[in-house]
Amino acid sequence: MGKILMKGNEAIGEAAIRAGCTNYFAYPITPQSEVAEYLARRLPEVGGVFLQGESEVAVSYMIFGASACGERVFTTSSSPGISLMSEGISYIAAAQCPAVFVNIMRGGPGLGGILPSQGDYFQATKGGGHGDYRLLVLAPASVQEAAEMVMQAFSLAEKYRNPVMILGDGLIGQMMEPVAFPEHLATPPVNKDDWATNGMANRGSQRPNLVKTLYLDPEQLNAHNLTLRAKYQRMRQEEVRFEPYNTEVDYQVLIVSFGTMSRVCRTAIDNLKAQGREVAMIRPQTLFPYPEAAVREAAAKASCRVVLSVEMNMGQMVEDVERSVRGQRPVEWFGKCGGEVPTPEEVMEAVRGLLAR
Amino acid sequence: MAKGKTFKRPEALRDCPTHYCPGCTHGVIHRLVAEVIDELGVRGRTVGIAPVGCAVLAYNYFNCDFQEAAHGRAPAMATGIKRVRPDLMVFTYQGDGDLASIGMGEIVHAANRGEKFTTIFVNNAIYGMTGGQMAPTTMPGQRTSTSPFGRDAAQVGMPIRVAELLASLQTPAYIARQTVIKPKYIARARKAIHKAFSYQLANRCFSLVEIVSTCPTNWGMTPLDAVEWTEKTLLAYYPPGEIKTPEAAEER
Repeated sequence: MGKILMKGNEAIGEAAIRAGCTNYFAYPITPQSEVAEYLARRLPEVGGVFLQGESEVAVSYMIFGASACGERVFTTSSSPGISLMSEGISYIAAAQCPAVFVNIMRGGPGLGGILPSQGDYFQATKGGGHGDYRLLVLAPASVQEAAEMVMQAFSLAEKYRNPVMILGDGLIGQMMEPVAFPEHLATPPVNKDDWATNGMANRGSQRPNLVKTLYLDPEQLNAHNLTLRAKYQRMRQEEVRFEPYNTEVDYQVLIVSFGTMSRVCRTAIDNLKAQGREVAMIRPQTLFPYPEAAVREAAAKASCRVVLSVEMNMGQMVEDVERSVRGQRPVEWFGKCGGEVPTPEEVMEAVRGLLAR
Repeated sequence: MAKGKTFKRPEALRDCPTHYCPGCTHGVIHRLVAEVIDELGVRGRTVGIAPVGCAVLAYNYFNCDFQEAAHGRAPAMATGIKRVRPDLMVFTYQGDGDLASIGMGEIVHAANRGEKFTTIFVNNAIYGMTGGQMAPTTMPGQRTSTSPFGRDAAQVGMPIRVAELLASLQTPAYIARQTVIKPKYIARARKAIHKAFSYQLANRCFSLVEIVSTCPTNWGMTPLDAVEWTEKTLLAYYPPGEIKTPEAAEER
């Protein structure tokens, strides 16, 4: 299939359908309402389920109920909406149900603004809701990558029986780019009869299934958390994804940046190269699990003097960069929020400032 | 063959003791729901949703698939299930703190959308599991651990009549209120639950049966006094009967 020009939000909706998920519950919020508007028209064409819930809180539990009876299901929202869904996300993770959440981030805190931001890094990777849970977090840097990550998210969610979050930003949602939906990324849903509440008779069983999150016995709750932890450890071993850029040369500065911001950094790196300055980048494609080893190894290169985390926020991922680098090199942060994406010139200025020290 | 029936445990109930207090009506209500599930022959495609509250462990007593909700969110979970699997028979089992306080938004919107599931709403005018705090359904003057001088309607308003509130919605629904404090009421409650599930199975409408119940432990009464107080005080404010039927709503 050839590529078609699509808005990011619409491509995200279409990607889910192509991946075999035709159940969508959502609540409108800028800058991602086009997903719901697109699917309100599109899902009836494929016999799918579209429902606008009364709140993001309710939507997160519609997702929970649908997922717990074994069906593929997803929702999309933006920062304040994800805060409201975080209660449900904690329960879904605790109950080990697969589901896909897309966060098209806008500026915060509070109502903040409606322009692109990466201010929900902590919320997505460190747990927006209560308790010891993790989401598998994928960070797309283009409309194409957003579509592919959405398609992959459903089988990843089923593989780990865990919610997966696509962490995009307002720019990914609003911009138009050519996109294709690779058929090989669509995988059939796995059989969930051993745990899903899909009706005993429907699975030919005499044993009821129970989806729950309450463990009043302290030993049982500890064991439950150890089970979850083992799963997150497995993600750390099997799912780390990143893209290196210009790492084959002797660079003086290593940039770490994800999503929309990484595209600006790429331009800055190209411009600096033209001026005779070598800068490399590690772009994490998974934010959890974090590409710690890749960042650490790239920072350890003999020529590398300093590591710079570039983010559309006030310095969140930089903490994971510091954790990865383990003090081998100085780690600095450059960023901006409020909706203005830093320009390549601003990134270049930040790099030159570091090299002048 | 001898005539008549043998009194036995419904298949939809497990053979185990419950954790409910002496004089609590949860056990009777569980049994009625289980009997109706058996009678309709739908246990193999039933999914119950347990609330947060005393009935959170209902899944230990029912013998069918169950999900456990967060406080108040059972109607949203039921919505999720019924939308993607309309072939399943789904009921939520919720108390008054769960449904009428923290979950008021979810129940109103699910009812208004006409979601095809059934809610068993157990109203005992108090929070049970958390230890007897005031609920939206607590009676004026009723003493609870968070209204130690009695509910002051001037400060916190009058108790909410959930069945009437939901019946005011224009969407057709089956809304009934019954109680199980005496044998004469139990047959009526059973009939209402049967009707509610039948409307769901016919894909007709949202259905809710409110069951006015007791909580001797947190009311600080003997089980017998609790029955008497329920009949005199609660039933006067929460009168039993069919409050809305889809037929009547559709005729308007």
